Amino acid sequence: MNQEVSELIDPLKFRGKIDINDIEKSMLIDMLRKMILIRKAEEKLSEHVESGKIKCPCHLGIGQEAIGVAVALIMRKTDRAFGAHRSHAHFLALNENTYSLFAEVLGKYDGCSHGMGGSMHIVDNENGFRGSVPIVGATIPIATGAGLAAKMDKTGDIAISYFGDGSCEEGVLHESLNMASIMNLPVLYVCENNLFASHLHIDLRQPSNSTSRFAKANQIKSLTVDGNDVVGMYKLLKNEISEIRNNKPFYFEAYTYRWKGHVGHRDDIDVGVKRGDQLNEWKERDPIKRLFVAMKDQGIYSDQDYESLLSEIDQKITADWNKAEMAEFPNEDFLFNPVYSN
Amino acid sequence: MKKTTTYAAGILEAYEYLLSNHKEFFIIGQGLWSPWYVGATMTDLDKKFGKERVIDCPISELATTGATVGAAICGYKPMIVHPRVDFMLLAVDQIVTQAAKWRHMFGGNSSAPATFRAIINRGGEQGAQHSQSLHSWFAHIPGLKVVMPYTAKDARDLMISSVLSEDPVMFIDDRWLYEKEEEYTEIEIIDLNNVKPQKLRNGNDVTIVGLSYTSFLCEKACQSVEISNKITTDFFDIRVLNPLKIDDILESVKKTGRLLVVDGDWESCGMASEIITSVIEKIDISLLKSSPIRLTLPNSPAPTSKVLEQKYYIKESDIVDALVQITI
Repeated sequence: MNQEVSELIDPLKFRGKIDINDIEKSMLIDMLRKMILIRKAEEKLSEHVESGKIKCPCHLGIGQEAIGVAVALIMRKTDRAFGAHRSHAHFLALNENTYSLFAEVLGKYDGCSHGMGGSMHIVDNENGFRGSVPIVGATIPIATGAGLAAKMDKTGDIAISYFGDGSCEEGVLHESLNMASIMNLPVLYVCENNLFASHLHIDLRQPSNSTSRFAKANQIKSLTVDGNDVVGMYKLLKNEISEIRNNKPFYFEAYTYRWKGHVGHRDDIDVGVKRGDQLNEWKERDPIKRLFVAMKDQGIYSDQDYESLLSEIDQKITADWNKAEMAEFPNEDFLFNPVYSN
Repeated sequence: MKKTTTYAAGILEAYEYLLSNHKEFFIIGQGLWSPWYVGATMTDLDKKFGKERVIDCPISELATTGATVGAAICGYKPMIVHPRVDFMLLAVDQIVTQAAKWRHMFGGNSSAPATFRAIINRGGEQGAQHSQSLHSWFAHIPGLKVVMPYTAKDARDLMISSVLSEDPVMFIDDRWLYEKEEEYTEIEIIDLNNVKPQKLRNGNDVTIVGLSYTSFLCEKACQSVEISNKITTDFFDIRVLNPLKIDDILESVKKTGRLLVVDGDWESCGMASEIITSVIEKIDISLLKSSPIRLTLPNSPAPTSKVLEQKYYIKESDIVDALVQITI
């Protein structure tokens, strides 16, 4: 069910607890744990961008955790997801491997890309995350081709293309949607509409703040939803997934907001466009808080449970970070080794 | 009578071989269901092997090239066909910034072994936007192999090698070679990693290097100067532009003391410069009997008027003149 865009972009709306009916307790806890893990991992990255230990550009998605978690829960390991510059959440939602991410961001050989990619080039084939790159829109056609490959495989696997509202200003989105539509490709296009591309608000970039208009133009079924409601998104996607697996592309536009600036640890409340007031309002639409409050209300999860979950995750994050700091860098010959296959 | 084949027939045979023997191979590109776009190189492939594996597509160079890269990442050995180099430039991000770097930036944990087939289709008053080659641009890129066949055998065998390669490959063929006839040989499966410049003539006076269509002109010019001017040549066809294997050419220049490179693309920062530099920086300069010469397109866009085309494109006589000049 589509929600009204005018309400989705209004941070005073969608603030309360979310609807968690019909979802198993174990899955709710899983959702909560994944979102907190992602939040805490990115806070750790933020801390060390600021401390100077991390040098590579880190685009943090704090506040946007729910989308990657909802998508991960409808994925098979043999599905193929592709991300962009802000993809830590997509990666961690599938593998919870904070050590692999931390080591990568520090340029260590133990990282998911052996230290050759940093924050912007992360991959985990075994868990279905087939790569992220920072060229805006670049993985949209790649995911479309992964969908073509999945269709040829005839296994019911799908491709997932994560991108932001900024990517919708790249022509390749339109080429890709057209192609997926005419060729009936099993691709789930996930637009994380956080209203900003770098420093510029969508109102200054597009004549409409609803990007699903591009799906409609290409006769692709679409949904426009609250991107900070993990359960709501999960239910909607679960409802659509069999049709996608049956070679029908689908466009999923999830409205959200990033709490940090475009890149790095700062809030960027006054870079080009002031967003200070809005940011504080949006923090009230926190996807983690809204899930926890709902669980607590129904007596599924107590404050004490929550505290012990936080502390368990904190311990894991600290241990993984410390281990990553101690890990080895790649050997010098690794500059040339992966250029070609031989 | 010996059985003969042509360059175009060689490419068609490569496709038939690949489609018959490799189920992970498929082709996508504009015009693949039409006889107009790709000459006789793909005739009836869609009818024979099905429109699911020989895919004609929307006019979206970037998305279709990206989709080829995506399918390659997911275990296929796909090829995108761009019936003209000029239009392929809309897809450069996917070739240069995605496929070529995919293995390296993921530390070897992923790769995108797609083949990008680009066709040079020039002359005939087609003008500036229907005539480019730009192979040296692509040969500049680490991680992207660049293959340009001259013989019909190479057009076939190196296309198979390119598709089966574990690396992304830019395969560029030239329509001016499509009718070129030669004796038929059986398919030879060759590992692209082992392909180096092919020596097609042996001589003592000049080392001459060509690629793709200029190799065709060079071969004729070499025959001509041997008869008319008693100049004998070591003639190399480059075949793989990147990574460039220069050793055999270097050894030849040590013997002849003279180097002429003929490249059917622009002069500035071009393949001819790269080949000459690669030799010069490794050779004892005292072995050189004259300055190396590069013969290239002039630094202007391709014209349309046939009078200007005549001046613009390299001719056999230009190469003969250069061979005579370098031996004086």
